[in-house]
Amino acid sequence: MNRGSKTIKYKTNNLNETTVENSILIAKEKIIVSLKPEKLNSADDDKIIDDLLPQKFGKAGKIWVGILLAFCMVGMFAYYRQLRYGLVVTSMRDYVSWGIYISNFVFFVAISLVGSLITAVFRLAGVKWGSPLTRIAEIIAVAAIIFASLIIIVDMGSPERFYNLFTHGRIQSPIIWDVIVITTYFFISILLLYYPLLPDIKILLRFKERSGVRLHKFYSFIGSFWKGTPEQFKLSDKAINILCVSIIPVAFTIHTVTSWLFATTYRPGWDSTNFGAYFIAGAFLVGAGAVVVAMYIFRKAYHLEKYITDNHFEKMGRVVVLLSLLYLYFNVNEFLTPFFKMKESEAAYLNGLFTGNFALVFWFAILAGMIVPILILLFKKGRKPLPVFIVGIMVVVGAWFKRYLIVTPTLLHPFLPMHDVPASYHHYFPSWEEWAITVGSLAGCMLIITLLARIFPIIPIQETLTEQHEIAEQNI
Amino acid sequence: MDQENNSRRNFLLGGLLAAGAIAGCNTNKDVFESGIVGDVKPSGKKVKLLSVDGDVIEVDEAFLKPVPHMPPISNTEARKGIPGKKFVMVIDLSRCKNLKKCQEACNHAHELNPGENWIKVEPMKSAEFTAPYWEPTTCMHCDEPPCVKVCPVDATFKREDGIVAIDSDRCIGCRFCMAACPYSARVFNWSEPEIPAEIAAQPYSIETSIPQKKGTVSKCDFCADMTREGMLPHCVSACPNGVFAFGDINEDTVSNGAETFRFSDLIKDKAGYRLMEDLGTKPSVYYLPPVNRNFPYESGLENDKIQNK
Repeated sequence: MNRGSKTIKYKTNNLNETTVENSILIAKEKIIVSLKPEKLNSADDDKIIDDLLPQKFGKAGKIWVGILLAFCMVGMFAYYRQLRYGLVVTSMRDYVSWGIYISNFVFFVAISLVGSLITAVFRLAGVKWGSPLTRIAEIIAVAAIIFASLIIIVDMGSPERFYNLFTHGRIQSPIIWDVIVITTYFFISILLLYYPLLPDIKILLRFKERSGVRLHKFYSFIGSFWKGTPEQFKLSDKAINILCVSIIPVAFTIHTVTSWLFATTYRPGWDSTNFGAYFIAGAFLVGAGAVVVAMYIFRKAYHLEKYITDNHFEKMGRVVVLLSLLYLYFNVNEFLTPFFKMKESEAAYLNGLFTGNFALVFWFAILAGMIVPILILLFKKGRKPLPVFIVGIMVVVGAWFKRYLIVTPTLLHPFLPMHDVPASYHHYFPSWEEWAITVGSLAGCMLIITLLARIFPIIPIQETLTEQHEIAEQNI
Repeated sequence: MDQENNSRRNFLLGGLLAAGAIAGCNTNKDVFESGIVGDVKPSGKKVKLLSVDGDVIEVDEAFLKPVPHMPPISNTEARKGIPGKKFVMVIDLSRCKNLKKCQEACNHAHELNPGENWIKVEPMKSAEFTAPYWEPTTCMHCDEPPCVKVCPVDATFKREDGIVAIDSDRCIGCRFCMAACPYSARVFNWSEPEIPAEIAAQPYSIETSIPQKKGTVSKCDFCADMTREGMLPHCVSACPNGVFAFGDINEDTVSNGAETFRFSDLIKDKAGYRLMEDLGTKPSVYYLPPVNRNFPYESGLENDKIQNK
């Protein structure tokens, strides 16, 4: 243990002052700190490292993983049935040709945007308190974007022809735009998870016994080249900055393009110029909600109260309130003006949402997803960890149903009457296969988050150490 | 080539005569000189045929020989369409009484999965005090097709003859086109279509849209195979009331089998219009308003109950 902390201390002794001044802002912080390694308290460091190293699953962890795996298996069985018998096992039919798969896809894309919010926006805006949350956000982003791509394949009627998208792709189609930007976003997210991990992997490599042979091998495979030299830090910080700058437009694009899958059609409820901004506001909200939920659970499960503090919940509460207000604003835009006009083609659709079949879900999504969170979080007492956690769940669940409302009601209100079709075509309620696949995909996403949290430190160790040292510096 | 030049004639002929039996009558001599005369014995049974000159002629049945099947159209050719043509359809709402013969013929001809309909006949009523009427809808074969715009793999495309067709071997089943189509013209094969095994085993043809395949989108194809042979689509010939008229806008002619109209006059005289003109999709299907109707709206109600309980 002692040997370990010494290695972190001395990494920039040979660095001269001019290089420090020339280096970019973020790199600078770290280097300055590491310039004065003598003042560090190695016992504190050891404590931090010990707290933050990935932990083996306890009993609760194993049960949790078991449950998630079970849901995934049921989902896979349902998908096997769908492959064998066709999409007929779903409740989708010619009118409601997109169902909860697509709402789930939109949900995943939305939630994945949080990676860019917490990591990139906070970093570029110099928001320091967010740094313990960056890894959580990136892990959620990677898991969600993986399942967004999987669920869109699940929705395809002929998934075996997936390659046609590459061999016969038409750049004019918004689906191809989506394929391009989702792939790009996936790789940027992976890199944004990976680069900040490198210093942590160096720490992890020192605990061979604790991580076990196989994990150790894995760590050295992905990170043994990282020596922690100033040059490497400089390079990595530069790369992270470039990624942070580039992920923001890509993140905006993935969700805007996803909204265009709807907005490029003529349908009532989709034919809206508001859609891109409306989707992005919603995406940031659900992403922040997901981070809050994950923060609370990780804090409880791994006893991270010292690192994810009440102050973090207080601050994230403010972020969620801001985003809820923003999303509410776009919702007012999206529904008030059509409601005011009540165009013939939109009237049935709007009435269905406000007072008809979908009213319950609609008002639930508006109230639980936006208004109640705002009311709770506006008060200081509401920004304590537990209320913030509950609000986070409300936001995420509300957001899922909101995506359902974006897809289905519109499809049930085509321009021409629904006629000369079997009775089952007139309404839509997902079949058990659709539920199983959807729940399975949500479970799979959580499983990836869980496994990544098992393999990697959920709170960046090196960054925490650096910050602690910085505080120690200031105190002296 | 020759065939193309007098295609309008053939076109009309085709509508009147059973398919595939008239090869000999344009060029009578050929039949007798072609050598088969020696093998064929007159059966004594005469068949009346209409010659290209408009005369009714009698031919012994034995001398009729079936037109050999045309070589299958290649995929590239089927994607291009028939050069020089621009197909158009006119649907006369004053003649429709929701018999659904069009639908039956279409479903049969394209081996559609039971329950699927490319042609739908919808009861329409625009406002409280306006009269209800029956409106058959097919694919509109738009000149600005929203479905083609959104297709990610070029599985649905606009041909130069105006037909919007589908390559079922290309379709990935994303159903974006179904969401994009404002006319709800598109149908998805949610399950393995219930069609005879020998048909299912055939290679897919863009022009016949046969066989339908699980997990792909389908829709009205204006019977591209029939039009290539100069014949009318199945719905047109199946309708006993002459609701549908089909033709080539370049020739300014449409026919419902029994009657032939000058397209421009028909549209002008009867105040033809297209559905959802405001969307800018520019459909190839025109409607004639339901005025001076041949049947009361109620006469179609009974038939409507079969599919719409």
